[in-house]
Amino acid sequence: MLQLEKRPNPSRFWGRATPVLAVFLTMIAGSILFALLGKNPFIAMRTIFWDPILGEYAFYFRGQLLVKAGPLILIAIGLSLGFRAGIWNIGAEGQYIMGAIFGAGVGLALYPMEGWFIFPLMVLAGVFGGWLWAMIPAILRTKFNTNEILVSLLLVYVAEALLASMAVGAMRNPQGNGFPGSRNLSQYPSAANLEIWVGTGIHWGVIAATGAVISAYFLLQRHILGYHISLSGQAPKAARFAGINPNKMIVICLGLSGALAGAAGLFEVAGPAGQISIDFNVGYGFTAIIVAFLGRLHPVGIALAGLLMALTYIGGENASTALGLPAAAIQAFQGMLLFFLLGVDILTNYKIKWIKGRWK
Amino acid sequence: MDQRAVEIVDLSAINPAVLIAAIMVAAVPIILAAVGELVVEKAGVLNLGVEGMMIMGAVCGFATAIETQNAALGFVGGAFGAMMLSLVFGLLTQFMMTNQVATGLALTLFGLGLSSLIGHSYVGKLPPDLEKISFGPLADLPAVGRMFFQHDTLVYLSILIVGLVWAFLKFSRMGLILRAVGESHDAAHALGYRVIPIRLLAIMFGGAMAGLGGAYIALIRVPQWTDGITAGAGWIALAIVVFSSWKPWRILLGAYIFGGITVLQLNLQAAGVRIPVEYLSMSPYLLTILVLVIMSADRKRAALAAPASLGQIFHTTR
Repeated sequence: MLQLEKRPNPSRFWGRATPVLAVFLTMIAGSILFALLGKNPFIAMRTIFWDPILGEYAFYFRGQLLVKAGPLILIAIGLSLGFRAGIWNIGAEGQYIMGAIFGAGVGLALYPMEGWFIFPLMVLAGVFGGWLWAMIPAILRTKFNTNEILVSLLLVYVAEALLASMAVGAMRNPQGNGFPGSRNLSQYPSAANLEIWVGTGIHWGVIAATGAVISAYFLLQRHILGYHISLSGQAPKAARFAGINPNKMIVICLGLSGALAGAAGLFEVAGPAGQISIDFNVGYGFTAIIVAFLGRLHPVGIALAGLLMALTYIGGENASTALGLPAAAIQAFQGMLLFFLLGVDILTNYKIKWIKGRWK
Repeated sequence: MDQRAVEIVDLSAINPAVLIAAIMVAAVPIILAAVGELVVEKAGVLNLGVEGMMIMGAVCGFATAIETQNAALGFVGGAFGAMMLSLVFGLLTQFMMTNQVATGLALTLFGLGLSSLIGHSYVGKLPPDLEKISFGPLADLPAVGRMFFQHDTLVYLSILIVGLVWAFLKFSRMGLILRAVGESHDAAHALGYRVIPIRLLAIMFGGAMAGLGGAYIALIRVPQWTDGITAGAGWIALAIVVFSSWKPWRILLGAYIFGGITVLQLNLQAAGVRIPVEYLSMSPYLLTILVLVIMSADRKRAALAAPASLGQIFHTTR
């Protein structure tokens, strides 16, 4: 029979190989799913993974890749710090929305003033909004021991309701003929987060995501705080004996992830999305959880994983127009990826042994 | 909303008997999902995928009901669909020893995607009605009849299930074993109990109950299919389990409080209160957070109530 033996240390080889294996398995399972939907699985896979980068119309999609990867990476980097420390912020979607509301709020309040300081101010407001929203579960956790998983998630629904009220109420475009939605920030030069180099998809959010990857790398490799974060997750008792205050870790990790999610929201609302609207958020906050795991909570891994997930978004859109694949198929595909990722992780932590003739 | 609309607010238009009847219906999905999760957690497993299982139950139940034109079969289909999804969670967490928090999240993300994929072709269809239990003359009683004796089967079934779970956990031998597995899986294993099969059964029961709850939302509460139809009910059910301190009867209390605020805010919206709709609709979530805070503030009690092995991975070499 098969028996599992816990490895004394996680395998380095499998640590790198499992994400690739999981993506491969997901592609197989996804092919089966698409075949069940009556689509040719090979064409579907080519449309999702090949055409956007190397196909005929790739010049259009390539720019989109970074536009979609930017917020995913930015949010996932923040989440990964918490996940490393065993602090589960799963409400990044809400913090993302609040960042957008706060940041756009500043921009809309200053309209139509022009000035170099407006965009930086909006970024600060966005960061503050996301941080503030994440501080709610952080404070409830540290003061009242309330489960941060449930609180951060429930706050997503509250943030969505707030977003709706902003879109139809306080932030509605006064010149919008009564339609819901704010002024378009991407048409307001001082507040717009436009492409810095045309055609590349690189806007300030992508630059910020790159910065976050590099900072997180050094934080985890070189800084004592990064060590404390990892220690709190791997050996909470040892961390406490070493004098690490668990409450401080909770506040720092939730605060950082909230701030980054808020920044992502602001960059999105001032750039690609352009305005506060009821359907502004599209689930980046949740997909970023998958990105964080796919990248094995490592900054470089997350950057690669973010690009891959962005590709599934773009490829999914491509497949829905070209093949009529329902948009939700890609969401199911992403969820499946997380299953496989978690499942094959067994190879990292356990040795699988075949033992003859000894049944339980 | 203009000033005149404010003046015509008439709270007396809200009929208390109808209100209580509506609360009983609103609480059903939460009761079912929460009592299922309670059993799962009593066995020491934390399944955060309740939302995903509920929405799978909703879409499978809806699809079955439409295809067979039979609402009762719809509920069976819903429970079965969600149970299948919970089995994925069971296999991953029990045999592949994955992190339960992450796997539960995966269940929710996958469930939301798959449900919208399946539900795609059912948008805009109307499900068949579920027959109501006839209480004869009881249903005609003034006020009381409207409140308690004119509901569909599931309203009574959900309360019955809470009672059965309570009796099972408190009086039966199997219930005792299940609790032992949840309190200390190593001790239970040493006594010769099969930890993993017991946990798998509990997970499947939790899945089936979440599926029933989800099917109830799609077939009776709404009744229609839209993406994300469960709207956080699964997460609220998880919070209600904490609120109940893992005691079955308290789930009813929690679910009725939640159902109360849901129905009340809908009534206030209809009555045209000056508070914007969006702020009213966030109230159930805020109330749930508040309830969570109150229950967890007393650290000692909260720690005693939770099963001791909750969320821990069980792995044995022998």
